[in-house]
Amino acid sequence: MNTPNTLPYPQGNAFYSTLRKRYLTATIWQSLFLGSLLIAIIVLMALIYNVIDGAFGYIAYEYKNSPSEFTATAPNELTKEELLVILKDNLSRGAYNKLDEEQTMETRSQSDLLNLFFERLVRLDTKQTWSMTESLSKGAEIQAEVAEKYPDAVLEFRSWLTPQFLTAPMSSRAEFAGVRTAVLGSLWLVGIAIAFALPIGTGAAIYLQEYAPKNWFTSIVQTNINNLAGVPSIVYGMLGLAVFVRVMESFTSGAMFGVTDSNGRTILSAGLTMGILVLPLIIINAQEAIKAVPDSLRQAAFGVGATRWQTIWHHVLPNALPGIMTGSILALSRALGETAPLIVVGASTFISLDPDGPFSKFTALPIQIYQWTTRAQSEFHAIAASAIIVLLILLLTLNATAILLRNRFQRRW
Amino acid sequence: MKEEVIHLKSLEAQSFRHFDLKKKLRISESIIQGLLFFAGILSIFVTIAIVYELGKEAMLFFALPDVTFAKFFGTTKWQPGIGQYGIWALVSATLTTSTIAMLISLPLGLASAIYLSEYASPRLRSILKPILEILAGIPTVVYGYFALLFVTPILKSFLGEDLSVYNMLSAGLVMGIMILPLISSMSEDALSAVPRALREGAYAMGATKLETSLQVVLPAALSGIGAAVIIGISRAVGETMIVAVAAGAGPNFSFNPLEAAETMTGHIARISGGDLSYNSIDYNSLFAIALMLFLVTLVLNLISQWVVNKFREQYE
Amino acid sequence: MENTNYAIETNNLSIHYGNFTAVKGVNMKVERQKITAIIGPSGCGKSTLLRAFNRMNDFVPSCHVTGELLLDNQNLYGKNVDPVEVRRKIGMVFQKPNPFPKSIYENIAWGARINGFKGKMDELVEQSLRSAALWDEVKDKLQQSAYALSGGQQQRLCIARTIAIQPEIILMDEPASALDPISTLRIEELMQELKKNYTILIVTHNMQQAARASDYTAMMMIDDQRAGGVIEFDDTKAIFTRPKDKRTEDYVTGRFG
Repeated sequence: MNTPNTLPYPQGNAFYSTLRKRYLTATIWQSLFLGSLLIAIIVLMALIYNVIDGAFGYIAYEYKNSPSEFTATAPNELTKEELLVILKDNLSRGAYNKLDEEQTMETRSQSDLLNLFFERLVRLDTKQTWSMTESLSKGAEIQAEVAEKYPDAVLEFRSWLTPQFLTAPMSSRAEFAGVRTAVLGSLWLVGIAIAFALPIGTGAAIYLQEYAPKNWFTSIVQTNINNLAGVPSIVYGMLGLAVFVRVMESFTSGAMFGVTDSNGRTILSAGLTMGILVLPLIIINAQEAIKAVPDSLRQAAFGVGATRWQTIWHHVLPNALPGIMTGSILALSRALGETAPLIVVGASTFISLDPDGPFSKFTALPIQIYQWTTRAQSEFHAIAASAIIVLLILLLTLNATAILLRNRFQRRW
Repeated sequence: MKEEVIHLKSLEAQSFRHFDLKKKLRISESIIQGLLFFAGILSIFVTIAIVYELGKEAMLFFALPDVTFAKFFGTTKWQPGIGQYGIWALVSATLTTSTIAMLISLPLGLASAIYLSEYASPRLRSILKPILEILAGIPTVVYGYFALLFVTPILKSFLGEDLSVYNMLSAGLVMGIMILPLISSMSEDALSAVPRALREGAYAMGATKLETSLQVVLPAALSGIGAAVIIGISRAVGETMIVAVAAGAGPNFSFNPLEAAETMTGHIARISGGDLSYNSIDYNSLFAIALMLFLVTLVLNLISQWVVNKFREQYE
Repeated sequence: MENTNYAIETNNLSIHYGNFTAVKGVNMKVERQKITAIIGPSGCGKSTLLRAFNRMNDFVPSCHVTGELLLDNQNLYGKNVDPVEVRRKIGMVFQKPNPFPKSIYENIAWGARINGFKGKMDELVEQSLRSAALWDEVKDKLQQSAYALSGGQQQRLCIARTIAIQPEIILMDEPASALDPISTLRIEELMQELKKNYTILIVTHNMQQAARASDYTAMMMIDDQRAGGVIEFDDTKAIFTRPKDKRTEDYVTGRFG
């Protein structure tokens, strides 16, 4: 061992305590770190505020025709039957028949008919809308402005998000439009997507965790799944367009099953596209859930002479199920908010008919939000905001369910 | 006691008598395993289908006598209908919006990750993390609404007429916020994976928390953070709805964030959302763009995965 | 005069995790430029006590310390004492070598730099590596990653980087437990060299090591409330040849645990 040329006994001579400066730097940086998080939180709050702000506020509108031209009673007090008569008498035959074709007039609700009354006969004309903040902070100015600019207009504070907004079908007029068609479309889509992806995804996860040998092929499959999870959703849209809409048109349009008057741009095509899109997410989540089941359980089952599948079916799956469900719900909420692939696969721009099966044309909640947001008129922005609130509440419910499920069944091994 | 033993023995005689250890053919087991195997490799077929379909249609596009690689990669106007095939008109917008997004999400995401991993108490973490998760769960079309109707008007009040109603700046900024939770959570994982011994080594030498975090933990987690950045870029390049709503409709070769321009994804969304007839040049050109998108994100994702795996090996 | 002989003293030092007392009432006077070993069965609080000496336990949220730990008559747990300064004066080498993922050179230079070293860095690095008996092995690859070194070399690098900030005391928490016998021997030889200039406190499992390498030995044991305490503290020779406490005798002769 070489003799170390040792340092002298420490005197601390060459060291200059700069602690105060170091601590100052530390404080500055720490506030920067926290500040970044705060920015994220502030943006989230701004986003929520922005949406709520858009969904409520003053609206100034005029009637092209006065309601009194059609009826002596106040419109809100008209019964369904009275409304039917008024509509039949005043609408052109063609227009009436078209409405009747969409949905038989007699089966429509009173509020639906009342909407038609205002939309088609009275012809409400929105002059201007204001956001909630403007309405609350500058109420007097708005009133003065309206009195001057639109002397005939009615000014009222309106909540765009109403029960009627949820139940009304699509309309070309923002004031009467609702999200029923879109919500039903979304439910169909995620339903098909999950029906497709959950069994296959779980099966794939079981194969990869329980059966697959550790070799190059398995590792390619695994890498491929991880990669698919990162493929842009619009690429899945293109895949859906090429495969489901075009190549498999006779199946997805329902022609195979005797459905006519339809092309490949159906709920089925879009649902399968979504299913392919969420498949990698479901596989990865299910793999995690299966991985969390301890080996001792498998060994115990093998130890009493169970086959591999018996072990999986009776022991592994039941224990992994909460995790698989949680993962699937998260995948579901991803599908619920996805927009781009639906545009590519061919969501309808205007559709007021409820979807009645997998071969219907479709629209979905995010598609409506997209279309309404990109319209120039501010009243469409207001219903876009309302639709966003509906979508966010749906997503919140789903995620809350997932969290509850996770906490309820979470097991510490 | 004695009676029971006799009873058990007689039971054994009835049902466990034969010892046949030959391999049995369990048909249902084999069928199930076959089905599971098929489910397992279905994802391979998805990838093959993507490559095949995108490639096939893209080849139809590139096979047109008018379309050359020189034109595709060498010119800056995109309008296949009238013979202009310069992909740069779309790539420029993708690059601009993605760059802005990364300029926002990288520093903010990394700083958030450091705070969550190194500073926040478990209690504070349990409050802050879900907020980031909410941010990550918001559909991108909602971000689009936010960009167009909140961020753009605010930017306009600072920048005035220089800023067009549709602009890459607003879309890029909001995209940055969208990607922030991703960068933050992946970086946090990387930071937490740095062994405690390394932190203790730094503290034992009289380092402050900041010096430990920035000069020891951060460099040690760098490859994991690199992976997060790559995934972030891949997300930014592939993001559609924010740019479709807020960045503008119409190809525009420009790197000026104040201008309106259309990204590759935004272009696909707009054209395919309109009336599009199969086998038209527009239709085929979309697949050429989508193929490019797929390949770019594929390469980015592969690199990122490779980096993450390397990083894991380092500490396991 | 007494102060000059002792590098650090504890005065009824106790360490608590929440309501649980892990180490109780330790009174030790650690002599300057000597090696003091802390021995005892596992779980008796050796490492906890060692970590209290440079306030590494500060990072355990529920941990608090009562009593006094005196360095130059200053209580290290006093109100205005900065733990960062404390660790500058009292360095530590850990059980498993934990070099930073940086070059060999940077591993040494980093601590000195953050602590405001204004001298010639190259010289400091060379001197520190020489002091840790590592210079000849690494002088040609200072810019290589520290992870390229063997476990024993890594541990000597960790000692070198501790020396580079010129502490008064070096704490060693089973520094050789993760190393092979030859590397262990080198670390022990190194300790003998280092004690010419530094005070060393070492926790060890290995009784032969304590007997071979240390000047003083503190024997720790847990009581019936599972709190650890120093039951005997004496000259190493005395501890191993004529222990006063029966439990120490049982332990050093291998009749315990």
